[in-house]
Amino acid sequence: MSIKIVAKTGNEAMAEAMRQINPDVVAAYPITPATEIVQLFSNYVSDGKVDTEFIAVESEHSAMSACVGAATTGARVMTSTSSQGIALMHEILYIASGLRLPIMICGVNRALSAPISIHCDHSDTMGSRDAGWIQILSEDAQEAYDLTIFAMKAAEKVLLPAMVTSDGFIISHAMSRLDMYEDKKVQDYLGEKKPAYTSLDVDNPITIGPLVVQDYFMEIKRGQIQAIIDAKKQLPILLEEFNKTMNKNYKVIEEYNMEDAEYAIVALGSTAGTAKYITDKLRQEGKKVGVVKPLVFRPFYGEDLVKMLENLKGIAILDRSDPQSAMGGPLFTEITSAFYGHEKQPAARNYIYGLGGRDISYDDIKDIFKDIAEYFEKGKKEEAVKYITIRE
Amino acid sequence: MPTIKELTRTGDLFTSGHRACAGCGGTIILRLLMANAGKNTVVGAATGCMEVVSTIYPYTSWDVNFVHNAFENSAATVSGIETAYRALKKKGKIKKDIKFIAYGGDGGTFDIGLQSLSGAVERGHNMLYLCYNNGAYMNTGIQRSSATPFGAHTTTSPAGSKIKGKMQQRKDLTEIMIAHDMKYVAQATPHNWSDLSNKINKALALNGPAFINVLSPCPLGWGSDPAQSIQIAKLAVETLYWPVYEYENGKYKINIKPKKPKDIEEFLFVQNRFKHLKNEKELIDKIRKHLNEKWNELLNKEKCTN
Repeated sequence: MSIKIVAKTGNEAMAEAMRQINPDVVAAYPITPATEIVQLFSNYVSDGKVDTEFIAVESEHSAMSACVGAATTGARVMTSTSSQGIALMHEILYIASGLRLPIMICGVNRALSAPISIHCDHSDTMGSRDAGWIQILSEDAQEAYDLTIFAMKAAEKVLLPAMVTSDGFIISHAMSRLDMYEDKKVQDYLGEKKPAYTSLDVDNPITIGPLVVQDYFMEIKRGQIQAIIDAKKQLPILLEEFNKTMNKNYKVIEEYNMEDAEYAIVALGSTAGTAKYITDKLRQEGKKVGVVKPLVFRPFYGEDLVKMLENLKGIAILDRSDPQSAMGGPLFTEITSAFYGHEKQPAARNYIYGLGGRDISYDDIKDIFKDIAEYFEKGKKEEAVKYITIRE
Repeated sequence: MPTIKELTRTGDLFTSGHRACAGCGGTIILRLLMANAGKNTVVGAATGCMEVVSTIYPYTSWDVNFVHNAFENSAATVSGIETAYRALKKKGKIKKDIKFIAYGGDGGTFDIGLQSLSGAVERGHNMLYLCYNNGAYMNTGIQRSSATPFGAHTTTSPAGSKIKGKMQQRKDLTEIMIAHDMKYVAQATPHNWSDLSNKINKALALNGPAFINVLSPCPLGWGSDPAQSIQIAKLAVETLYWPVYEYENGKYKINIKPKKPKDIEEFLFVQNRFKHLKNEKELIDKIRKHLNEKWNELLNKEKCTN
């Protein structure tokens, strides 16, 4: 297989993946830090490098609405957005999944206002974590590229929409090495989309989005829930297929330095990369530390995480968003919930960090490992949720 | 232009069995719309009366492809369908010529869906947007919208001892759509089926966006006799409450010019929503004055553009 090695930012990598996917319709609206994806893609359209019909809509709400309309025809449909854009789409995200439309968002994670910030945290997509979408967070530009291609196929396979995101500026605007596949390789991997039904078959008309009252609503919703439960089984198989085709080694949950680890950081996105680097350093000092990175956040692989983490002394769970007076961040509450009633109970502490793009340094990661060890040794006496990378 | 006999033979693409109220103007408009549009049509709907009464799962009144997304986005949704159609046609995956219609009530069009409509029209999608305008949020129980006329009682502009219903004039959305430099914009009512049919056909023949604002009598919201809905629609035109006109390629044409307009009270007081105005001479004068001004404005526009 021929690989082209190039230098690309996360946004460029995602735009390249979109070009290679060559969707039928893209409806998008600019928003920092995802704007570049839309701009680059517009160039591909203007230069005839894709066959896509591009709809430059007047809002993200209309972007997702147009995507829903386009997807009812069976067309391959994509968009890109961030932050307030995700929030404005929120209403229609539920309709996309409820109608089982495999729409794909190339997202860039950015803090939700107020205060307004253009920088990274995960509050935007975490705010939509119950919307019935597959949610994948990438660690670097390579993952953003690979997983965009993967998620398009996975979404169409399980008939659910998917969002792949990269960390705003940290990945979206940072240049790094990117191994790109040939265009044909991506097209062959995706195959032609063959929808089961379409709103354009005028000889076999269908009604999409009817009113459903008490007599059928719950059965229909339960069916949708089953789809994401089934997707949870399907995604590892589909990822394996991707790995074989593209010569990669992705897992829905990645383990790093975990063989004999006593303490682990669980983190999403780019921070997992920083943590991996630090565990290499700490391993040289003889510290038994590792990293667990959920690549897929929805569906949530709670049982797998319990298996990976149950024998540890302490788990440091990092959240780049805060649900405002819950029992911790989204990743923390999901994992601790998965551990409820489980025989083994490692000490688990939640570190809320990096809101609005606040940097998390090597030293911060080292401090977390120090802190989680003390937390375990002192018998979990302090509060479970700790705010770090902050002046307090 | 089809005859009424021919229209009845086009097949029931919007079929009976829906749950609309007796005397509903909206369903009459939709039936006429589909009789003219024909089978090769995709319809997108905003949430509202005409959507909920026609698609109660597992039933549907639609014998054409029908897509309902949400309240404020029928224009954006249909813009997506129409764009996908062009993409798939270009690739040879679709062979047939298909027409696209988006519709919504006045709430979904004048208010919450205005941005979506404006955006879709500016982008030039090939679609007819039809607003069935009954002048309030009837589906949620008669709340005022920006299409609600001055003085009307609604549940959020109630006629009280101090405030006599809605104290603002209605938004002139037809003019707003004309300001989009559209090729075809029209106002119509279901009482003149041939005028409305003609307008639907003109709009669907265009290659680009068209907008039709249709007055839709609502016995429940207007407090009127269900048997009189069509008669009330006619009165709306005869009293200058609802001018029937079109704007085509830069020219205004008033399709119905009442020789001797009837007084507005003849329209107002067949509806309970205005009954509190009976002894409010000043307020009625205000309505009358506004309607006359708008009518004269329209006459001038017709004169200036022809």
